Amino acid sequence: MHSTVETICILGTIALVTAFTRAFPYLVFGGRRSMPAMARYLGQALPPAIMVILVAYCLRNASFTAYPFALPEIAAALLVVGLHLWKRNSMLSILAGTLSYIFLLQLV
Amino acid sequence: MQSPRLRAFRFALKLNTPIMIEYFFLGIASGILLNQAGYAPIWSLLAALFIYAGAMQIIMVPLMSGGASLLTIAAMTFLINARHMFYGIGFVERFRAMGRPRSIYMALSVTDETFTALSTVQYPENIDPQLGDFFINLTAHMTWVISCFLGGLAGEILSLSIAGIDFCSTAFFITAVVNQWQQFPSHIPAITGAVSAVAFYLLLGPDGFILPALGASMVALMFLRDRVWLKMKEEQERA
Repeated sequence: MHSTVETICILGTIALVTAFTRAFPYLVFGGRRSMPAMARYLGQALPPAIMVILVAYCLRNASFTAYPFALPEIAAALLVVGLHLWKRNSMLSILAGTLSYIFLLQLV
Repeated sequence: MQSPRLRAFRFALKLNTPIMIEYFFLGIASGILLNQAGYAPIWSLLAALFIYAGAMQIIMVPLMSGGASLLTIAAMTFLINARHMFYGIGFVERFRAMGRPRSIYMALSVTDETFTALSTVQYPENIDPQLGDFFINLTAHMTWVISCFLGGLAGEILSLSIAGIDFCSTAFFITAVVNQWQQFPSHIPAITGAVSAVAFYLLLGPDGFILPALGASMVALMFLRDRVWLKMKEEQERA
């Protein structure tokens, strides 16, 4: 856990960078509607890639090579995928996935 | 007769109800996560007020616990929130007309969800559109602030740490992947992300792979642009 000053620095950095992305059209393009085609393309194509990488980041400390071979993670992740394809209810998928993961951790 | 302000507020409240319900639950989850990592509820409140970006507030918890450097955190924030740069473009004139300081607040409080609401809203004649826009952003933002703080408090009351509760961030991003897999016209971006994540995880291990994987995906997608673009165009024409 970080100290108070470190936490302020971290949250402040995230807040400033986030605010910069939101203020960007006003700051950089002076409000013009056009953006370079490559930037527009990446703006749409990058998010699906980023979301997959963030899943990998969340699972980075699972033990894939030793017991329990990331089985709780894999089982809970599959449950989330299946439930979400079926019901399309984010809250339900997240809640059921998390509860089943907490339960599975008790088993191993 | 209601004042124009109250009418606009009630209109925004009704329009925003689904967003507010989503923010309520996600905010609680994000507050609990940050609290379980050892941070008092006030941090959740401050983060909600000044960061106000769901995915970032959820992924920042493992980043902070994992001891990521400030530079890594800044770069990741930029990449994850870069999509906001595109949301703003269409609203520049609309927000500027509201005058400062309200226009600044509007520019800084657009999210995935309020972007959609602002883009599709149609105001009846008795609603002032500028007031309506303002209350759309304000009600969503305040819901987020309150629910993140409540989540922090809930974590405090639970007090004992629950092993595995951090899986709700994993689950959150999995649902985002499933949504985009079904909605985005091409699967190339998602596959690119998966390949680069696995490759750099094997190469660099769990602590150093995320930024290289994001960077490599960006470069790969620039090279694959023609193929992805083609799919996106096809989809547009069909719509």
